[in-house]
Amino acid sequence: MKRKLVVIGAGMASGRMLEHLLAADPDGWDITLFNAEPRGNYNRIMLSPVLSGEKTWDEIVTHDEAWYAANRIACRFGEPVVRIDRQARVVHSNRGSAPYDKLVIATGSAPFVIPVPGRDLPGVVTYRDLDDTNAMIAAARPGAKAVVIGGGLLGLEAAAGLRQRGMEVTVIHLMGHLMERQLDPAAGYLLQRDLERRGIRVHCRGSTAAILGKDRVEGVLLEDNTGYEADLVCMAVGIRPETRLAVDAHLEVARGIVVDDRMVTSDPDILALGECVEHDGQLFGLVAPLYDQAKVAAATLMGQDAAFRPVQTATKLKVTGVDLFSAGDFADKPGREDIVFRDPARGVYKRLVIEQDRLIGAVMYGDTADGSWFFGLIKDATSIAPMRDTLIFGPTYQGGATANPLAAVAALPPEAEICGCNGVCKGTILTAIEGGATTLAEIRATTKASASCGTCTGLVEQVLASALGDAFEKPAAQPICGCTDLTHEDVRRLIKARGLKSMPAVMQELGWKTSCGCATCRPALNYYLLADWPGEYRDDPQSRFVNERNHANIQKDGTFSVVPRMWGGVTTPAELRAIADAAEKYAVPMVKVTGGQRIDLLGVRKEDLPAIWADLNAAGLVSGHAYAKGLRTVKTCVGSDFCRFGTQDSTGLGIRLEKRLWGSWTPHKVKLAVSGCPRNCAEATCKDVGIVCVESGYEIGVGGAAGMDVKETERLAKVATEDEAIEIVVAFVQLYREHAKYLDRPYKWLAKVGLDWVRAQVVEDRASRAALVARFDLSQSIHQRDPWAERAIPQARAGFAPLADLTREAAE
Amino acid sequence: MIWPTSNWIDIGALDDIPRRGARVVRTAHGCVAVFRTQDDRVFALDDRCPHKGGPLSEGIVHGDAVTCPLHGMVIGLADGQARGADSGAVATHPARVEGGRILLDAARLIRGRAA
Repeated sequence: MKRKLVVIGAGMASGRMLEHLLAADPDGWDITLFNAEPRGNYNRIMLSPVLSGEKTWDEIVTHDEAWYAANRIACRFGEPVVRIDRQARVVHSNRGSAPYDKLVIATGSAPFVIPVPGRDLPGVVTYRDLDDTNAMIAAARPGAKAVVIGGGLLGLEAAAGLRQRGMEVTVIHLMGHLMERQLDPAAGYLLQRDLERRGIRVHCRGSTAAILGKDRVEGVLLEDNTGYEADLVCMAVGIRPETRLAVDAHLEVARGIVVDDRMVTSDPDILALGECVEHDGQLFGLVAPLYDQAKVAAATLMGQDAAFRPVQTATKLKVTGVDLFSAGDFADKPGREDIVFRDPARGVYKRLVIEQDRLIGAVMYGDTADGSWFFGLIKDATSIAPMRDTLIFGPTYQGGATANPLAAVAALPPEAEICGCNGVCKGTILTAIEGGATTLAEIRATTKASASCGTCTGLVEQVLASALGDAFEKPAAQPICGCTDLTHEDVRRLIKARGLKSMPAVMQELGWKTSCGCATCRPALNYYLLADWPGEYRDDPQSRFVNERNHANIQKDGTFSVVPRMWGGVTTPAELRAIADAAEKYAVPMVKVTGGQRIDLLGVRKEDLPAIWADLNAAGLVSGHAYAKGLRTVKTCVGSDFCRFGTQDSTGLGIRLEKRLWGSWTPHKVKLAVSGCPRNCAEATCKDVGIVCVESGYEIGVGGAAGMDVKETERLAKVATEDEAIEIVVAFVQLYREHAKYLDRPYKWLAKVGLDWVRAQVVEDRASRAALVARFDLSQSIHQRDPWAERAIPQARAGFAPLADLTREAAE
Repeated sequence: MIWPTSNWIDIGALDDIPRRGARVVRTAHGCVAVFRTQDDRVFALDDRCPHKGGPLSEGIVHGDAVTCPLHGMVIGLADGQARGADSGAVATHPARVEGGRILLDAARLIRGRAA
């Protein structure tokens, strides 16, 4: 019979424990998981990149609903446990209860709030979980003022994130230099200088006296009477183990819940692990020892012998562009010697602390490539006597190796730790490679290396490269172009997260390497800004390809083609007459019927464009956007009006769709079709969006293609009414506008995000669908204008003509 | 025969060309593209890409280069030389800005490149 396991707290430590337990004993337990937060396990270390906008929430979820469901874990999230009844072996939450055979307490830690007046004012937050992070993101208006109390690891990550979101940030730190637990004063100074260069003000030796404000926070007053204005105050002064449940249950609690080497508390049926525990007088805040505890706790539950032995840990700061490493003990004491290396111009500082020919501490700033090698020397207490002269230059200088960038990694012994979070050493990774792993993803899957905070990703790739040689291809996170190292996806996210609303803002804030971009990035940026900030960003014609700038398609001889819109492929004798007249008047060399059911006038000279547009406009014809990354055509068959097989009014629906969708720009062109019956004469099943009418309604397919790739649409939804079909198509197009990479057709985008996700947003979640439609309509209120009419006016015509004509001068 | 060494002709206002854009000047020897960079420098080049004759004036201007709209060859505005792995060149013509007006050395344009 299965035993009942109750876990309180769905954090990183208990999540890892469950993984170990389920891997070894998948059917042994009925598991119930309580969490006070209304969500499951996520990578808490990565909240800082979420705060700064460099990562999204989805990217840091470690266990999603599917995982919990697959492992049959009863999740009771958003349900804090209020009492443990050890006699009855039952835990009680605010809503119910659960009996246990074994109980694991993993309640983590709570942020420490300094007891000063004003600490309860709205606008004062701590920095611990997703809700805190979201509260800060919500408050982070560019130009608003933030004060971060606490210049430790967490406080500085918060400060950097808020600064990246455009806030004016001041850090108040009680001690004489930043991160005094991890850094010596010299490295602390370099860190402070770097942060100040980024516009973060640092006030060391500052003791908070009060938080000021009437209805919400307005400022912070220090004991030395300095005052700082603040719209947001983030307290990041430290954490304390969350032990209240254990205290109430009369378990042995010192600073944390006391556990033995097997992670068992003073009650043999209750285990504890994570930041809430105290082991051998020590508390734990970094993730590496917590993962060790998780392994031990899982073993103990399975009745195996295991003992937790805390190991040394190294620290890195996750602030993009700040390179910092510290490990071991670096306090000045008698009998200790230093080796120091400084390169002020590069902002590099390295200090090694040596005691009795053993390395016991290392602090590095600006260049931390050798960090894990030094950390290995500290952990293994290697004698450094034979290499003392060149020790500070790192492993490449030992034994006269060349300065190949891979040599440092190749020189590491198998025991060298690569991934600090998961305690993965080089040998483990090499074993995985011998077992057939050839990519970063496979190494992550088999060893967990680089799967937590991710700072060792480069190292893991170097191990792969040194082991596999040319057989290793670095996964291509393709940058947009040579002007930036960021991918399209990165840039889209950062534009939104950091409120970047102009091209210079994007290039400045995201560190473009060129003065004004290139022909690859500028059109993409112009699209992203237009799509994300309708009404605020003004289109930049100089960042558009020629066709979109001139609203006509350039031909190989420099002339253009003109295609008026024919709604749903339906036209009239009057329209045809106007087209024929225009073709003759401007001596159009070729008139051709297109595949999208309209007429193309090919070979029009640029200077004639405004005039031919004016003539066509006069007959009621408008631009067909045959040149645009936007809606092209909606191809239709004649449907129930004329066809003896037609089931619905496919022509009418096509016209309604075209009138609804034309105008707004999209990442790439968008083509639709509506067929009136499954005979599919409009070829709807190879379009970006294709509707096939049936007796009972409308089958909406998406992601078709009939170009370089040929692909059949996949079913997005089936609906009963025309109105609902239109609503879903509009929502789909808007979702594509908001998320796709520039120049990805819908089928390519769908392959990346998955149809299920799209269906959830545009079909299943009614509120999301309505919001997408509303955002599309906002964009249409600005972009649904005939560009031909706007350019056929006299003021605009000049731009299409030559600036000057010197042919006559030549004749003189 | 004595040709004038230069003959600066006013072809229009600087503001007639958008920043990072171009306009065309018609000459007896074909069209000349007049470019204006982001920092208001002006360059004149034959409006024919050395690759397949594309109109460079319709390209995207970035830094001191233009990308041809037809197949993406990048041409330096100052020297007319193809950049990157491509080779080829277009003729350049002296151009300058004075008091907000654009001046081209029309003597050469009128009598042609051969002189």
